Amino acid sequence: MCVGVPMQVIAIDGDQAMTEVDGVKREANLMLLDQEVQVGDYVIIHAGFAISRLDEAEAKETLALMREVFTPEDMV
Amino acid sequence: MNFLDQFRDREVVQGLARRIAALTRGRSKPLVFMEVCGTHTMAIYQFGLRSLLPAEVRLISGPGCPVCVTPNGYLDRAVALSRLPGLIIATFGDMLRVPGSSSSLMLERARGADIRVVYSPLDAVRIAADNPGKRVVFLGVGFETTAPTIAGSILTAKARGLGNYFVLASHKTMPQPMAILSADPELSVDGYICPAHVSAIIGANAYRPLCEQYRVPCVVTGFEPADVMQGVEMLVRQAVSGESKVEIQYSRVVRWEGNAKAQSIIAEVFTPIDAHWRGIGVLPGSGLGIAEAYRAFDAQCAIPVAVEELKEHTGCLCGEILKGKISPFDCPLFGKSCTPESPVGACMVSSEGTCAAAYKYS
Amino acid sequence: MENDLILLGHGSGGKLSHQLLDSLIIPALSSTLPAGQNDAALLEVSGARLAFTTDSYVVDPIFFPGGNIGDLAVNGTVNDLAMMGARPLFLSVGLILEEGFSQADLSRILASMRSAADAAGIAIVTGDTKVVPKGKADRIFINTSGIGVLEHGLRIDGAAGRVGDKVIVNGSIGDHGIAVLSAREGLEIDSGIKSDSAALNGLVGELLALGTGLHALRDPTRGGVATTLKEIALQSGVTIMLHEESLPVNAGVRGVCAILGLDPLYVANEGKLLALVAPERAEEALEIMRRHPLGAGAAVIGELVENSAGRVMMETSVGGVRGVEMLAGEQLPRIC
Repeated sequence: MCVGVPMQVIAIDGDQAMTEVDGVKREANLMLLDQEVQVGDYVIIHAGFAISRLDEAEAKETLALMREVFTPEDMV
Repeated sequence: MNFLDQFRDREVVQGLARRIAALTRGRSKPLVFMEVCGTHTMAIYQFGLRSLLPAEVRLISGPGCPVCVTPNGYLDRAVALSRLPGLIIATFGDMLRVPGSSSSLMLERARGADIRVVYSPLDAVRIAADNPGKRVVFLGVGFETTAPTIAGSILTAKARGLGNYFVLASHKTMPQPMAILSADPELSVDGYICPAHVSAIIGANAYRPLCEQYRVPCVVTGFEPADVMQGVEMLVRQAVSGESKVEIQYSRVVRWEGNAKAQSIIAEVFTPIDAHWRGIGVLPGSGLGIAEAYRAFDAQCAIPVAVEELKEHTGCLCGEILKGKISPFDCPLFGKSCTPESPVGACMVSSEGTCAAAYKYS
Repeated sequence: MENDLILLGHGSGGKLSHQLLDSLIIPALSSTLPAGQNDAALLEVSGARLAFTTDSYVVDPIFFPGGNIGDLAVNGTVNDLAMMGARPLFLSVGLILEEGFSQADLSRILASMRSAADAAGIAIVTGDTKVVPKGKADRIFINTSGIGVLEHGLRIDGAAGRVGDKVIVNGSIGDHGIAVLSAREGLEIDSGIKSDSAALNGLVGELLALGTGLHALRDPTRGGVATTLKEIALQSGVTIMLHEESLPVNAGVRGVCAILGLDPLYVANEGKLLALVAPERAEEALEIMRRHPLGAGAAVIGELVENSAGRVMMETSVGGVRGVEMLAGEQLPRIC
């Protein structure tokens, strides 16, 4: 059910924002967000609504864990 | 960073696959993990992730498609509404093919009903504003990810003073069926791949009671292929070390407490109700109905219509499949009388459904 | 469940369309001549080998980025002839107009039909016009039929694929379907994608230089690359292995597909062809395509790996393997 795409906020007008992915633009509604969003931020868009802001620091940490070299101690 | 390509990186995914293989090598009994969300089911098929996992890890699909679990009775009411003159049904695309007792919205559209596929419930509000002489009923299905968007559409219609916008609500909530599944002694699951965007709304804390009561590992996992592989790796690590805790793999989106604003909007517009899950039955407190204060927008109350007598399809093993007890190939209807073009059961209806995905990609 | 009604999905080019053809249309209408399952019928008349095809065009909206229903109606039929390796000669045009349709719009559509025909080198030689009462048609429907001549002795046939053949596409996939979808009222998506609508007979003319190395040509229109390759796999009795990383997909198509939950493999094309080419000639085929303006983005996207009942598999972008099926029903925006 929960097709959701990370889209970048390129303009904000009250509760309405213009968001973009791969050069494709679509209006999205921000009324469900409990986080401050600024132009340049990425949000998950589901059914025309932003439901969450993406946290870049967390994303980098996740990627670092994914890329971590596998050490013999990991072989439980 | 566009938050997409980085999590679809071939080397990263393959590296995670090697780690999972190393962690599980030589196990006599495979570890069984259930992805409860249909979008995970789709991602796993679409990226061919099963073929990257060792034989020691088995992924099974749970009840995670809200279209799948929408019961016949709901469809019958939607069909009845669509036959009323001057009424427009607005819906997400997947609902069109869902069979009711004797019809479907696709058939009703062929008979002349005004049924419009929209991308957002706000598009349905706009249709209502553009057609003041008609009534517009949006089919409100979905889990906690979608429920706040429907609630948002009702608040928007109210703010705009629209008296012709209605929602036929059949929202479901996620943790309850997971608890029911966990309590089933026949079902043996070594961990849950918990939904990504449902959890963005409800927060990872929602899985704690379940995790503690049934001692089952829970990892809130993203929908990109590297996310799924890392979620599986985290479940494997918990399982092999005998731990059971809630972890968040999808930390770039999901927080422990979830999205407070979306939760409050759900609480404002909806009220918890017992809900009928196709194939599973009635689960107490597992649905969302429209709250008293918003009755004027509730199609069920505001638009009386005679609904045909409920008929359930026989021979369909959706319930067992949804519970992950059997695979689609074990169902006698699968690929014969039940296909994506002519679905009998819910699992074949949605392209995310367990059976549709199995039919399409294997 | 009632099965009598024609559904929109019966016109999607996918599995439902095949069922309608096989269960109703072909049994009722096919003559004693072998039917064949290609884009045009092959006919021998007084020693000449002719290709004959017909197609009807219904599109909403009728004007979209990169074209309109007029050039689509010419290019589509020209392409069906070209996929047989035929040189397109003559075209008929049947117009069905809804009462109240704008003459200015009609004039624009006719002008683009004219320039598409001139560009493809096909002569519009006969036609017909009907007007139906308001509401009995959606503005304008166009039928075109085309005749072409085969000036070579090659067998270019969806059933002629052999294990080892390479699958080559002449450029990015999914542009037409996404351009039309984004322009449709209600979705409000700005994709910047233009339809790829184009006549492919010039490019095919160049590819004929491959001689017997060219085994099959097919334009992946409705149902997209996935459905077309599945048809070829069934016709040739082979398994086709696709490589997702090699599939040329424009960013905008990828973006719209991500938002609406669609798969570019199932989205329509109107200026693309899939060629099955013997492996030793594949490099040459790529060079021929890349020299042509309509083949600059050509790529090898897969190969025929073994004889089978007809399967399509795909090595995914992350190295997994999965099956690929025909489009079932309509391709609907998938939010849930």
